[in-house]
Amino acid sequence: MTSQPDHYYLPAPSHWPVTGSTALFCMALGAVLAMNNAPGAGWTLIGLGAAIMIYMLFGWFGTVIRESESGKFNKQVDVSFRWGMSWFIFSEVMFFAAFFGALFYMRVLSVPWLGELDQKLLWPDFTSTWPAAGPGIEGQFTPMGAWGIPAINTLLLLSSGATVTWAHWGLKLNNRGQLKLGLFLTILLGVLFLGLQAYEYGHAYSELNLKLTTGAYGATFFMLTGFHGFHVTLGAIMLTVIFFRSLAGHFKPESHFAFEAVSWYWHFVDVVWLLLFVLVYWL
Amino acid sequence: MEAVHAHEHGHEHHPSGIMRWVTTTNHKDIGTLYLWFSFTMFMVGGVMALIIRSELFQPGLQVVNPDFFNQMTTLHGLIMVFGAIMPAFVGFANWQIPMMSGAPDMAFPRMNNWSFWLLPPAALLLIISLFVPGGAAAAGWTLYAPLTVQLGMGMDLTIFAVHILGMSSIMGSINIITTILNLRAPGMNMMKMPLFVWTWLITAYLLIAVMPVLAGAVTMTLTDRHFGTHFFNAAGGGDPVLFQHIFWFFGHPEVYIIAIPAFGVVSQVIPAFSRKPLFGYTSMVYATSSIAILSFLVWAHHMYTVGMPVQAQLFYMYATMLIAVPTGVKVFNWVATMWKGSLTFETPMLFAIGFLFLFTMGGFSGLVLSITPVDIQLHDTYYVVAHFHYVMVAGALFSAFAGVYFWLPKWTGRMYDETLGKWHFWLTMIFFNVTFFVQHFLGLAGMPRRIPDYALQFADFNMISSIGAFGFGLSQVFFLYIVLKAIRSGEKSPERPWEGADTLEWTMLPTPAPYHSFETPPVIK
Repeated sequence: MTSQPDHYYLPAPSHWPVTGSTALFCMALGAVLAMNNAPGAGWTLIGLGAAIMIYMLFGWFGTVIRESESGKFNKQVDVSFRWGMSWFIFSEVMFFAAFFGALFYMRVLSVPWLGELDQKLLWPDFTSTWPAAGPGIEGQFTPMGAWGIPAINTLLLLSSGATVTWAHWGLKLNNRGQLKLGLFLTILLGVLFLGLQAYEYGHAYSELNLKLTTGAYGATFFMLTGFHGFHVTLGAIMLTVIFFRSLAGHFKPESHFAFEAVSWYWHFVDVVWLLLFVLVYWL
Repeated sequence: MEAVHAHEHGHEHHPSGIMRWVTTTNHKDIGTLYLWFSFTMFMVGGVMALIIRSELFQPGLQVVNPDFFNQMTTLHGLIMVFGAIMPAFVGFANWQIPMMSGAPDMAFPRMNNWSFWLLPPAALLLIISLFVPGGAAAAGWTLYAPLTVQLGMGMDLTIFAVHILGMSSIMGSINIITTILNLRAPGMNMMKMPLFVWTWLITAYLLIAVMPVLAGAVTMTLTDRHFGTHFFNAAGGGDPVLFQHIFWFFGHPEVYIIAIPAFGVVSQVIPAFSRKPLFGYTSMVYATSSIAILSFLVWAHHMYTVGMPVQAQLFYMYATMLIAVPTGVKVFNWVATMWKGSLTFETPMLFAIGFLFLFTMGGFSGLVLSITPVDIQLHDTYYVVAHFHYVMVAGALFSAFAGVYFWLPKWTGRMYDETLGKWHFWLTMIFFNVTFFVQHFLGLAGMPRRIPDYALQFADFNMISSIGAFGFGLSQVFFLYIVLKAIRSGEKSPERPWEGADTLEWTMLPTPAPYHSFETPPVIK
């Protein structure tokens, strides 16, 4: 049981949630239209939804930041935030688990099955090896090697884990310079990672003939690394927010949960990458 | 001055009218929204069920065309699961968890609002899907590939609706877990929590674990449909069965996500009307937790007929049967709670006992279906339909009714009409069995599910089932009348209408419960 203060902070009625719902509705409907022969209306709705979403994120997070800076959150609220962020990261872990599950299933079960005797009538020439695109995919492709860019990216992300921790030490010791420099370096490493990842995708499409449509290998490769890259992007945006908050003098050595939440998220993204590196690129 | 006030009490300036409900951060308001939304969706899904039963009233095709029939079975399932039953129990959670654990509100009141207000857009997407070219998704609520890869744009709307519903569930669950773990009153240790709170802790954990997996599954469907991936296409090394694995990894825990809060409600109602503490509280907690853990290990029992090594079939069969053990513990404990109690049979207790009988029957038919060779005969027949309606309707829905009648006096300060409540129970009980009991026979005789037409020998039982369904549906309109009558002109409820109920909301709060309860935490001895 946590320490009990007299009052738990209960926020006033807020229009931000319903603004977010409106944004999501527009984006969902827009995406459906864009994918089904109405790209004009679709992209307009997506743009509108995205604009509302950005407005909502600024507004909602802005409110929370102001509440935090004016000292409305006591110890108990802080513990709530910790539980909340932990369970959110757990839900993200399970999202990735679905795609890792698909990778294992294809690699261990469905691709070998397709190479078995039962399937010879339909696909006489297919022999199952990994990486494989599957028996019905035309053309050859080259799988992505592990020891080029992916290895460099591993180093980049691992270093960024170290720099964010270094920044955290700086914050705890009230060494603001170290905090700002550490965060700046972390963002830089994250952006560098994304740049190399984009280059790798270009390389895959133009030279390796490795595409999203390249069967089992292509689908799992791009969906897993793509969702990871998306999460790195989100993490980098979050880091940028707390970088600017550090510049504005936010966070105290004894209370800085937003910083910790972002660093947890960043470490989570890091761990997912290590799994990707071993299971998608290397083995 | 305003700012000082807001700082002191959280909210002092309330928008009125509709904006009160749109912007509210109060757990009771949000609970009310969830419950009304759930009832609305229950009616929408119910009308779809009646369209299905009208078509099946007689053999041949009379009312709708087969494709629309498929859309109805799909939307009926999705709407009842995600729109009616789950939100109903989240509504109970919102009202009851803070009051039962001595918390001032939910841990994240604004996120709580968002969890609710994500539901209407998702429901709207599902409803819109009925009117787009090609109509709504028509692959069954399980959304199996490859059918879902081939459907029209209604399927895309369904996919995004599922994504938004998933976000809602995940945020709602994070809120519930955090409230339970961090906002309990001093002295309310884990093993003193009312069982309803425990069941929601476990349910919320299950939701956070599996909703993202469902999101992953429908995302793969989306990319297979529009972006050329081959997750569910053998030509690209994928497998349609992969979808079933991922879906049921979500789907089986989902069954318990629906059932476990229902267990929680019943575990509050039965002791109250037996005037005895719950028998075997500790074993209830452990049994519920074991059910939750086992629920992750049994998913392929939905897939016995897709082709699986015999060892795997044996594993899933025995693991499924194992779930009967903790479930048996629970049923035993409920019965033992009533043993030598001083029982009275008000409407909540009637629904709880109805739950106990019918849910146990649903459990037994589940045990029958867990046996692989038997299931291979019964797979996708009306026996399965009968089985899961015994656990979903007679289980979850009956328990929700018990909860509404039980807590309505606390929420509104008014009593429902006991005579009408009893009528509602008996009508529901009888028509439920008329509708679904005969479906066991239909399934055993081989009638397949999700088909708008059937062979002549099934005609009589189908006619009985359809008559029962209309009776059941009308009884629920009657329920709406009972609730409205109670809210508008019901007798004023005494402070403690049920003298056997001893959780915090009854012992430490006035009736009706004030808008803000436990602003300063109560001390639990």
